[in-house]
Amino acid sequence: MALGYAILLIISVSVLFGLLYWNTAVFVAEQTEETIEVEISGLAEHYQKAGIVGLSDVIRDRSQGQRLSLYLLTDQNRRPLAGNLNSWPTASRPGDWIDFEYQRPIGSRIVEHRAHARHFVLPGGFNLLVGYDVQDQVRLEQRMRGSMIWIGALALFLGLAGGLLMARHWLRRIDSVNKTAREIMDGDMSRRMQLSGSDDELDQLARNLNAMLDRIEALMAGLRQVTDNIAHDLRSPLNRLRSRLEVTIMEDPDKGTYRAALIDTMGEADDLLKTFNALLLIGEAESGLDWSKLEAVDLSIHTNDVVELYEPAADEAGISLRAHITSDIFVRGNPNLISQAIVNLLDNALKYTPSGGTVDVSVGVDDVGDAYFEVADSGPGIPEDEHTNVLDRFVRLEGSRSTVGSGLGLSLVSAVAKLHQARLVLKGNEPGLAVRMAFPRLLSA
Amino acid sequence: MRILIVEDDTDAATYIAKALGEAGHVVDMAANGEDALEIASDSHEVLIVDRMMPKLDGIQLVEYLRGDGVVTPVLFLSALGKVDDRVEGLRAGGDDYLVKPFAMAELIARVEALGRRKGTPETQTKLVCGDLEMDLITRDVRRGESKIDLQPREFKLLEYLMRNASRVVTRTMLLENVWGYHFDPQTNVIDVHISRLRGKIDKGFDKPLLETVRGAGYRLNAAD
Repeated sequence: MALGYAILLIISVSVLFGLLYWNTAVFVAEQTEETIEVEISGLAEHYQKAGIVGLSDVIRDRSQGQRLSLYLLTDQNRRPLAGNLNSWPTASRPGDWIDFEYQRPIGSRIVEHRAHARHFVLPGGFNLLVGYDVQDQVRLEQRMRGSMIWIGALALFLGLAGGLLMARHWLRRIDSVNKTAREIMDGDMSRRMQLSGSDDELDQLARNLNAMLDRIEALMAGLRQVTDNIAHDLRSPLNRLRSRLEVTIMEDPDKGTYRAALIDTMGEADDLLKTFNALLLIGEAESGLDWSKLEAVDLSIHTNDVVELYEPAADEAGISLRAHITSDIFVRGNPNLISQAIVNLLDNALKYTPSGGTVDVSVGVDDVGDAYFEVADSGPGIPEDEHTNVLDRFVRLEGSRSTVGSGLGLSLVSAVAKLHQARLVLKGNEPGLAVRMAFPRLLSA
Repeated sequence: MRILIVEDDTDAATYIAKALGEAGHVVDMAANGEDALEIASDSHEVLIVDRMMPKLDGIQLVEYLRGDGVVTPVLFLSALGKVDDRVEGLRAGGDDYLVKPFAMAELIARVEALGRRKGTPETQTKLVCGDLEMDLITRDVRRGESKIDLQPREFKLLEYLMRNASRVVTRTMLLENVWGYHFDPQTNVIDVHISRLRGKIDKGFDKPLLETVRGAGYRLNAAD
């Protein structure tokens, strides 16, 4: 990669510099020839007007001083008549452009300079050479060619060094991602990709990988907890069930006792299944259903349906069940799980509220604009310091053990809240307990 | 009724067959989807199909049968109990979906409800059960001479019971079909709804129609 980068840089620099060099050289050469042509036609004109003597005078005039123009006027036999060149520099035919070296006095020294000139024949057979000292151009071209080599070398160096540095930088970062990935594969799920802080594409990749890992870890943790709980919490009731069967057989009982034991066992199996189902549901909610699969749920209608389902039961228990439901409140969610959460809350509220009490169910929008439903009862409530505790699995408060239920009701509600990114708030209802779940509100279905 | 059980767990299939036999039905068994294709015939009134089986699985089997024009009601049995799984089963052509583990009473009630479906056209506008009459269009309910006022949900509940008259319906069936819930509330909220309905249709009449079946559910008895 570094080499490719360097080669590309060198080619680009060469092409650019080559173009510049070529354009400059051609332009300067053209300028020189143009000047010479203009001068020749001027001199030819003068010759026509003033004859060979007049032309000699002009040339002699122009040859004074340090000018860069070169002149030589000769007779038919190329004997010099006037000009600042001593002799015809090189064989040439009339009309030819010629290049030659000549001796130029600079101060006390004589220096060899390069010149470009044209051979012109005047009527009468006189030869006129008009030229131009191009030593400066030659030097410029030489310098340009020289610097081209330097620039090429520099480009090669910079290209290679830059390419290497860049490659090393990227390779090091990709290496770090690979290393982290290997560590994660080796079992350390807590490892995360390092960010360079530059927010470039590699950083974005690392961030996305990290977000993905967070999600996977959360899912795995949820799953692990479900299996842990299933193992832990189903073992003891299964053991109890087994013991009952074993003891029944040991007792050598009559038909009636057998039957009674079997019926009890079936009841226990049913309870076990209920617990098992609740655990699976919690696991499902906690490990997160596909957020994109969630749909618009009318909280008002779903809550209303649940209230309607429980209304006769509340009535029977002598509890006043009151609904305060604002209509058309929508949230994004799983309708089945939301209904189940409302059912569990209402179930609990009715279970713990004594006859003559009240249960209020409300749906609305709170001060921060979130949609919520709330179930508030006038039962014994839950002490403040146990509020977080009751959201854990299987926690049942001392003193409420006589009431039936798997003790999973609120944990499921908590899991449903987590899945919906909803806030679950427990507070005292003086007397009683109010449980509120507040969702990000969906403004239109 | 003649019923075909398609289930690769032969022990489980045998228990189900025994229970259905006790309830007075004739049972055939197939251990996988391919066998079921050979055994299934017009004489079966209900097919009980396990979802996960070797060779041809339950979903494929039912899709195949439906594609072949077989309309026999199908009850899926499955260990997969999520809402998505249920939807998948019903979409493949299943008529009901029961998640394992289940109570035999539940299974029998559902199988019998499915078997009845054949003879009860959904197109009729009037349901009659003894002297109890329900007009589905005017939403009038009468027992004998007296008119009975029902709340919308009570109407739906009674309609379901009448469509399944003389058969046991379980609490879960009621929750699913009348309320649309696929989970069980802990307290017996359904019982209270039933006793309210009973207060409206049976109170003051000599012969009670709505009967509680212990350990199973309820039955609306068609008076002879």
